[in-house]
Amino acid sequence: MLALIGRRILIAIPTLFLVSLFVFALQRALPGDPFLVIAGEERDPEVIARLREIYRMDDPIVVQFFAWLGQVVQGDFGRSLRTGEPVLNLILQKLPVTIQLATASIIIAIGIGIPAGILAARRKGTMIDYSTSALALSGLSIPNFWLGIMMILLFSVELKLLPPSGYESIFSNPWAAIERLIMPAFVLGGGLAAFIMRHTRSAMLEVLRSDYIRTARAKGLDERKVVNKHALANALVPIITLSTLLFGELLAGAVLTEQIFTIPGFGKLIVDAVFNRDYGVVQGVVLCTAIGFIFMNLIADVLYVLVNPRLRTA
Amino acid sequence: MADAALNAAPGIARPAESTGGPLRRAWRKLVRNRAALIGGTIVLTFVLMALLAPLLPLADPLKSNFLAIRKPPSALHWFGTDELGRDQVSRLFFGAQASLLAGIVSVLIALGVGVPVGLAAGWYGGWIDAVISRITEALLACPFLILAIAFAAVLGPSLTNAMIAIGLSAVPIFIRLVRGQVISVKTEDFVEGARAVGVRDSVILFRHVAPNTLPPIVVQSTLFMAQAIILEAALSFLGLGQQPPSPSWGQMLNVAKNFMEQAPWMSVAPGVAIFLAVLGFNLLGDGLRDALDPKES
Repeated sequence: MLALIGRRILIAIPTLFLVSLFVFALQRALPGDPFLVIAGEERDPEVIARLREIYRMDDPIVVQFFAWLGQVVQGDFGRSLRTGEPVLNLILQKLPVTIQLATASIIIAIGIGIPAGILAARRKGTMIDYSTSALALSGLSIPNFWLGIMMILLFSVELKLLPPSGYESIFSNPWAAIERLIMPAFVLGGGLAAFIMRHTRSAMLEVLRSDYIRTARAKGLDERKVVNKHALANALVPIITLSTLLFGELLAGAVLTEQIFTIPGFGKLIVDAVFNRDYGVVQGVVLCTAIGFIFMNLIADVLYVLVNPRLRTA
Repeated sequence: MADAALNAAPGIARPAESTGGPLRRAWRKLVRNRAALIGGTIVLTFVLMALLAPLLPLADPLKSNFLAIRKPPSALHWFGTDELGRDQVSRLFFGAQASLLAGIVSVLIALGVGVPVGLAAGWYGGWIDAVISRITEALLACPFLILAIAFAAVLGPSLTNAMIAIGLSAVPIFIRLVRGQVISVKTEDFVEGARAVGVRDSVILFRHVAPNTLPPIVVQSTLFMAQAIILEAALSFLGLGQQPPSPSWGQMLNVAKNFMEQAPWMSVAPGVAIFLAVLGFNLLGDGLRDALDPKES
């Protein structure tokens, strides 16, 4: 097991290196001179020259890359060109906001997706299956930013039931937080529920066709027990690998959801940075996201082996 | 009765299905799939909307009319007017051009880069495959939209750049898909046979291996069209895609969100259009997958 984790980490290292190379190239390809932004309106040539020296811009590109990589390895993801604040601090400030939204969304997605997927698989070929599958396909086809607008129109503008935007920490004011979280979490979680539902359905169908389920049924086991105890446990295995995909979907979805509901999270940070031409932040956020994604992949690989004993000896 | 028995018996193909080549069989399966037909019809409707937009008697989608600002839906303006008095129906039709164009161009970019690189990785293997695979993994390590935003930030906000950004961010998906297909096809007997009789590598690759990678590419391209339409709308919604005054569905929503209380109708039509177009491509893609899968009966 430890050897497997070690092997996976070793595989992740070249990927991380290439991601950092990609982010570095991205930074160099960005239009305009970022130092003009930092130097302010006066654009004092001395200031620009000093900045070029600090950022080692006159060194060969390979030297620049490794100097930058050395900083990244030490946790220095660069600074915001606007405020001068370390990018890592900015990300750490915004992350709890997005984590709160993501957690609520995952609860909704799993709460709807897994039971709906099981139901559709158990009732394959019936109206329940068709309508659940149609609903899932619709869920995957609805642009979440539009769903957000429609929900605001209905629940905030028309019915005046929920606040249209804003953020409150669940720890400081739970009720206000829940009120502000319902719509964005549903918008973000709805699409994921559709995704989970489709995968749960096909995984369950696969498992329900297997010999050991037929045996369990043949020995007269209660159908509920067959499904909940024997089938579900195995059907959930491939769904675990989805967690990495879900992580990506969550982050991408958060960018749009936070924009609609004016939530000051990770997603809004990158969009605002793009518009402010704060390339230091764009670069830092892309790198952090990729590292998070690779880390999630690693966890999923390990979990996959943990829940699937046959792979432990492989 | 006999028909039912024939259907139920596994491994026995219906006589109608046993005739014709694989393409004809796939086509028959596709037209028999109701969901795929609905999807195809939706897609065709949007294609016609986009193509016929300049020929139809529609209002100028760019011309402001300050006497008709934010008018609710009526007989004159079926979906109402926007903040500059422009007809929403007209903008929706012309917006279809931007959305479909974004889908087609980004799929072509993804195919143009992804297919040759995937073919090379799968066919040559060794260090070429190792390098390409690591680069693909690195690119896949970043969520799609964030990658597209990063590219759009580099290229600058415009519809063309949004299309390039979307296409580039999908390249690793196509590389991985084609590579996997080539690896599985190149060990088939007919490839070994061609090698044994001395057929050149390039001929085997382009005449025998590449055509066999087509079905999954067709399916993935159709499904990616759906994603590209959503991504274009998302980038335009964020202000990184189509720029005003030119219409695109995402850009229309971007404006509409500022007038939710005063003109709620502005948000409805473009959102429904995105939803239907994406649903159409998803249904068609699912249908194509079933039709082109030899295991599906």
